[in-house]
Amino acid sequence: MNRFVISVYVDNQIGVLTRVTSLFTRRGFNIDTLTVGETERSEYSRITITMAGDCYARDQLINQLKKQVNVKKVEILEEDATKRELMLIKVHNASENRSDIMTAVDVFRASVIDYSPTAMCIEVTGNPSKIDAFVKLMQPFGILEMCRTGIVALDRGEQTLFSK
Amino acid sequence: MKLTGAEIIVKTLIEQGVTDVFGYPGGQVINIYDALYKYKEEINHILTAHEQGASHAADGYSRATGKVGVCIATSGPGATNLVTGIATAMLDSIPMVAITGNVPNSLIGKDSFQEIDITGVTMPITKHNFFVAKVEDLADTIRQAFSIAKSGRPGPVLIDVPKDVQVNTCEFEDQGVVEKIPLPKVDEALIDEAVELISQAKRPYIYIGGGAAGLGMGREIVEFARKIDAVIGCSFMGLSAVPDENERFLGMQGMHGHYASSVAQNEADLILAVGVRFSDRATGNVAKFAKNSKIVQLDPDSAEVNKNVRVDLGLVGDVEDSFKRIAEKCVKRNLPEWIKRVETLKEEERKFEAEIAASQTAALTPKMIVQTINELKPARTVIATDVGQHQMWTAQYTTFDMPRRWVSSGGLGTMGFGLGAAMGAYVATGDPTVLVTGDGSFGMNLNELATAVSYNIPVVIVLMNNGVLGMVRQWQTLFFGKRYSQTVLSRQTDFVKLAEAFGAVGKRATNLGEFKAALKEAFTLNRPVVIDAQVDKDEFVLPMLPPGGAIDDIIVKVEKS
Repeated sequence: MNRFVISVYVDNQIGVLTRVTSLFTRRGFNIDTLTVGETERSEYSRITITMAGDCYARDQLINQLKKQVNVKKVEILEEDATKRELMLIKVHNASENRSDIMTAVDVFRASVIDYSPTAMCIEVTGNPSKIDAFVKLMQPFGILEMCRTGIVALDRGEQTLFSK
Repeated sequence: MKLTGAEIIVKTLIEQGVTDVFGYPGGQVINIYDALYKYKEEINHILTAHEQGASHAADGYSRATGKVGVCIATSGPGATNLVTGIATAMLDSIPMVAITGNVPNSLIGKDSFQEIDITGVTMPITKHNFFVAKVEDLADTIRQAFSIAKSGRPGPVLIDVPKDVQVNTCEFEDQGVVEKIPLPKVDEALIDEAVELISQAKRPYIYIGGGAAGLGMGREIVEFARKIDAVIGCSFMGLSAVPDENERFLGMQGMHGHYASSVAQNEADLILAVGVRFSDRATGNVAKFAKNSKIVQLDPDSAEVNKNVRVDLGLVGDVEDSFKRIAEKCVKRNLPEWIKRVETLKEEERKFEAEIAASQTAALTPKMIVQTINELKPARTVIATDVGQHQMWTAQYTTFDMPRRWVSSGGLGTMGFGLGAAMGAYVATGDPTVLVTGDGSFGMNLNELATAVSYNIPVVIVLMNNGVLGMVRQWQTLFFGKRYSQTVLSRQTDFVKLAEAFGAVGKRATNLGEFKAALKEAFTLNRPVVIDAQVDKDEFVLPMLPPGGAIDDIIVKVEKS
C-alpha cells in the first residue's frame, strides 16, 4: 500500500464536486482526504485527494476521473511535493498545563487564535505528520474538538499541473 | 431568429440531423410538444405507451444505426421512468440523448409537483448530464450533449430543461451537425509491440466486443484471422460484428458461450481484444481467465485497460485505425496445429449439441425456433431480444449477415428492453425486425404493443413461452436444490387474444411445423405479430460456466428432472 497525492483541475461549476465524490463511492475507492478550492484561473477549481492503495486503485481512479467531462487535468504529484494541512484544535486550558501547551505551540510554530480561562484554540499548519505529532502532544491535556482541512499540495520548482 | 427555448430544443435536434424522437408528453414539456407540433414536417415523434419504452426505443434506434437515439419525457415520474433505459444504454455504451422537462427555476428545490432532481438521479448512469439554467445556454448544451454522446466511448447524456427556459426566448442560428471528436491515433511503437506479440503467438484468438460491433470491420477481421491463422470469438456485445458465415468464427464465448469459443480462448497464447471490457459474464473467474495468454487490448477508453483483467499491452485510442495498422504490419503465418486443435474443439461442441438435441423430445425447442428464424428471416433482419434464457439461445444460434443487427441488453440485462428497442430499430432502419422474447420479459413492457399497432411497426414477436422465469429457475435447478422460489408463473395469459386485443396479430405454435408456418406468414403481413411459441420449461441454456467459475467448471449437460 502506497500513499498518493492526486491533483485534479475541474470546471468551477455547480455539481462538479458531487460528480467527483460520487465517482469515488460507486467505484469503491477509499479516499483519505479531499480538499477543494479556487485556483489561479477563475474557471477552474483544484481538488487535492490523498489516498492509500495499490497501483491498480491509483490507475483506475485516475482513468475514471479523466473520463469526467468536467475534469480538465489529473496528475499524481511527485513524492517530494510540498504538502500542507491546517488544523484548528481546541484544548482544555488548565492552569497546571498552560506552560506545557504554550511551549508546544512555540516549538511547532503554531498560534493561539482563541483564548479563554478554560479553553484555548490553536492553529497549526504543516505537513500531515507534524499535525499528527501535535495532536498526540495535546492528548494528555484534553482535546475538546479539532478540525483538519486535509492536504493541499503543489509540486516543487517551476513544474505545474499543466506543464506535466 | 428569436425562438422560444422549446423551439430551440426542437430546432437544435433537427440541426443535429435527428429525424425521429420517442417520448411522452406531460406538464413540464407541453412547450416542447407544442414546438414538435410546429415542426412536425421536419421531425417525427413516436408516442410510446410508457417513458421506459421511449428510452429503450431510442436505444434500439441507436444500436441498429449508430446514430444518436433521442427520447423526451416530462419532469418527475416521466423522468424517472427513463432511468432504466438510460442505465441500459450506459452499460452497453450506446449513444443517446434524453431530454427532460423540469419545474420552472423559481420552483426548483421546493419539492414542487412532479419535481425530481433528475440530473442527481442519473449522474452515475449517464456519460454526462446537464441542467440548463438559462435559455441562452440551451442550444450549445444540446450540441455538446450530442458531441459527448457519440465521441470516444459512446454513452447516454441527459439534458434537464426547466419550464421557464422552454418559455423564454433568445437568438438561434443553425450551426450544423457537430462532428465526433476523433480518437487519438496510437503511437507506432505500440503498434509495433502489438505486432511483435502477435508474431510470436502460436495460438492467436481475436476477441471481438461491442466496441467493434458498430465499426463495420467484419471483413477485415476475418481477412486478418486468415492471414495470421487466428480464430475469432466474440463477447455477447460483439455479436453481428463479424458475419457468421466464415470458418474462423467460433461464436460467443463466456458464461453461455459456445464450447469451442470459450475453450479456445482459454487455450490461446495470445488474445487480441478489440473493444471488449472483460465483463464478469465473459471471463468467469478472472484469476483463472486466459492465464496462459498474452493479451493485447484495443479500446477507446483507458479506464478499461487493466480494469477487470491484467493485459500485457493496452492500445488506447482509435480502435479501427489500430486494428488496420496491426493487420497491415503482421506477416502471413501458418499455424496448422492450432487450427487442428480448434477443429477438434468444434467437433466436441457438435457432439455435445447432438447429445442435447437427442435428449429433447419436445415438438418445439428453443434451438429449433432460432434456427427457423435464421432460415426464414429476410436479409438485413434486425434481431432484438429481451433478457433471460431466450436471449442466450438467440445469442448462441442466430446467424448474422451484417453488423448492427443485434439489439439486446448486455451489461444491464434489462428485462422489458426488447419491444421498445425492436420498435426503435425498425423506425431507424425500416428493415425486417424480429423480437425474440420470453413470457417473463414480455410481461414487463408489453404495453408497447399499443405503440407498435398505432404506428404499424411490423415487429415479429417470437415469444418463447415456457410458463417460468427460466434463467433464474435454471440457477435454482443447478445451484439451489430445485427450490423454485417465485419462478413458476401460474398466469393464465392468452397471448394470442392479448395480441388481438391490442390490434396486433396473434398466432400460437406448439410444434415446429406450426411455428414455421406462423413465422412465414408473419413476415408477409406487414403488421405487428405475436407468435406464442410453447416450449418446455426444463430446457436449459448450455453450456454454462457457473458464476465465478473457470473453464474447467463448464457444464455441458444437465439431467432433466
